[in-house]
Amino acid sequence: MVDKQLADKIPTFERGRGNGQADQGVSITNWSALMGRGGARQFGEILAIILVAVVMIGGAEGLLRGLNVPQYVMPPPSAIAVAFYTDFQFIWEHLLHTLVELSAGYVLGAVIGLILAAVITQFPFIEKIVAPYILMLITMPMLALVPLLILRFGFGYEPRIIAVALASGPMVMINSATGFRRVDLAKIALARSFGASTFQIFLKIRVPMALPMIVVGLMIGAIFGLLTAVGAEMVGGGFGLGNRLTTFSSMIQMPQFFAVILILSFLGILIYVIFFLIGKKWASWQA
Amino acid sequence: MALATTSPARVKMSVKSAIKIYDTKSGPLSALDNYSMDIGDGEFACVVGPSGCGKTTLLWSMAGLHSLSSGHITLDDQPVTGPHPQIGMVFQEANLLPWRNLARNIRLPFEIKREKPDQTWIDHLLERVGLTDFVGKFPRELSGGMQQRASIVRALSFKPSVLLMDEPFGALDAFTRDEMNMLLEEIWLETRKTIVFITHNIAEAVFLSDRVFVMTARPGRLAKVFDIPFPRPRSLDIMATREVFDLVNAIKAEIQHRPTMTTSNRTAGAREGSAHG
Repeated sequence: MVDKQLADKIPTFERGRGNGQADQGVSITNWSALMGRGGARQFGEILAIILVAVVMIGGAEGLLRGLNVPQYVMPPPSAIAVAFYTDFQFIWEHLLHTLVELSAGYVLGAVIGLILAAVITQFPFIEKIVAPYILMLITMPMLALVPLLILRFGFGYEPRIIAVALASGPMVMINSATGFRRVDLAKIALARSFGASTFQIFLKIRVPMALPMIVVGLMIGAIFGLLTAVGAEMVGGGFGLGNRLTTFSSMIQMPQFFAVILILSFLGILIYVIFFLIGKKWASWQA
Repeated sequence: MALATTSPARVKMSVKSAIKIYDTKSGPLSALDNYSMDIGDGEFACVVGPSGCGKTTLLWSMAGLHSLSSGHITLDDQPVTGPHPQIGMVFQEANLLPWRNLARNIRLPFEIKREKPDQTWIDHLLERVGLTDFVGKFPRELSGGMQQRASIVRALSFKPSVLLMDEPFGALDAFTRDEMNMLLEEIWLETRKTIVFITHNIAEAVFLSDRVFVMTARPGRLAKVFDIPFPRPRSLDIMATREVFDLVNAIKAEIQHRPTMTTSNRTAGAREGSAHG
């Protein structure tokens, strides 16, 4: 019996050419249907993707209208689309606030996380000492600190930025540390044989070797940052997408509420796609 | 068969009473035990021995990547205390950086040394090994033989006078290995670098070297040195000759600590109906 997956595949050493799989960088799911090289080239595949989307959305629409589900329980997709169109002018400002908090907190957390990961992994002794605290930081729900931060910093950007940094930093750090901890003795010996200094080995060997894991850490950190930013906005303060969620739901404006949810989903997907592309460009050597 | 009585006219690299003991969790591990050898200028020397006998330890010490527990290593009568610009290394399985294409892999030594690469020389080397059209490719896109050719170009790119090669063709198939051996001999005849080549393939060692140094199982000691007298350039045809067969057998016997069996005494033994070793 010929293996179905192997049939008609050229056994090639050029990985990622023959089958369109191996040269994806960082990815959780197979995104080749949307953007991969070996992706949805066939008309049939594209048709199937569109068909499923239409059935899903149309089905929801039909079901909600058919069963007369009230809008305050669950608005139909068409109502959400209308709300998105008419109310976006009242939402976009809040989107900007969220983006400001997210990017400021994320850059802060990611930079500190990266530096800590790079430094700590060079000293196994220090790593052992700080490991439990890092684990604590990762498992601690940073949202729980937001009321405290608001007490100290007020209802502005600050508590949110700090919460985002505290949530994303440890995620970036732990993944990057995994990357930095990889040692390939032969590659280090190679660089040493050319007379490389410890710093040159770090720059030319360790960093590129850690890069795939760093990209994963940056992606997870960004997604955690987004969650924390929205959560912090729901806790307190009069602006931001999270604040819109609490406002719209308290006013039972469900189409608007779901329009915000839609924006948040888009943000999450955008983050994923950005890091997917970064991973593809910078870390695709690792099949 | 010729047992070595010759010592090189001008010594390029010398290992004197090298001892290397590693500290491991299960106690000290002796990798090299009083190992000495002199490598002549422009000589092609192979070190053979069973796996895990300390061959790589020896080579890494010669490259200045390791320090010895005791003993000396000299290059042109100067002690080797660290990585040396006159020493180029070729590693097992090519050891190219997977995130760099060939051109950038070959540029790595110059980036580290902060020197400008001699592009004419590199282009010549690339043409010599048939990789000119592949400089934009990544290692994963190349066959094992091509990867190893690229790593030879990388090692020769900065014009070292000594090439230390650590089982470079061990992972290649037999045909590619033959091809690489011939290419390496050609390059050696052209450049006359001093080469120390480590392998556990005895036939490969006989084909390539002027002298074969046989190392014992751990801890690595020098068991015997064999002169390989065949004229250069050699063709793969010599591998089928009785002289090579006997030499390979003698080296094998030396590694396995058993009496030498040559084609002549084997046939004699068969005639007399008596069994040998």
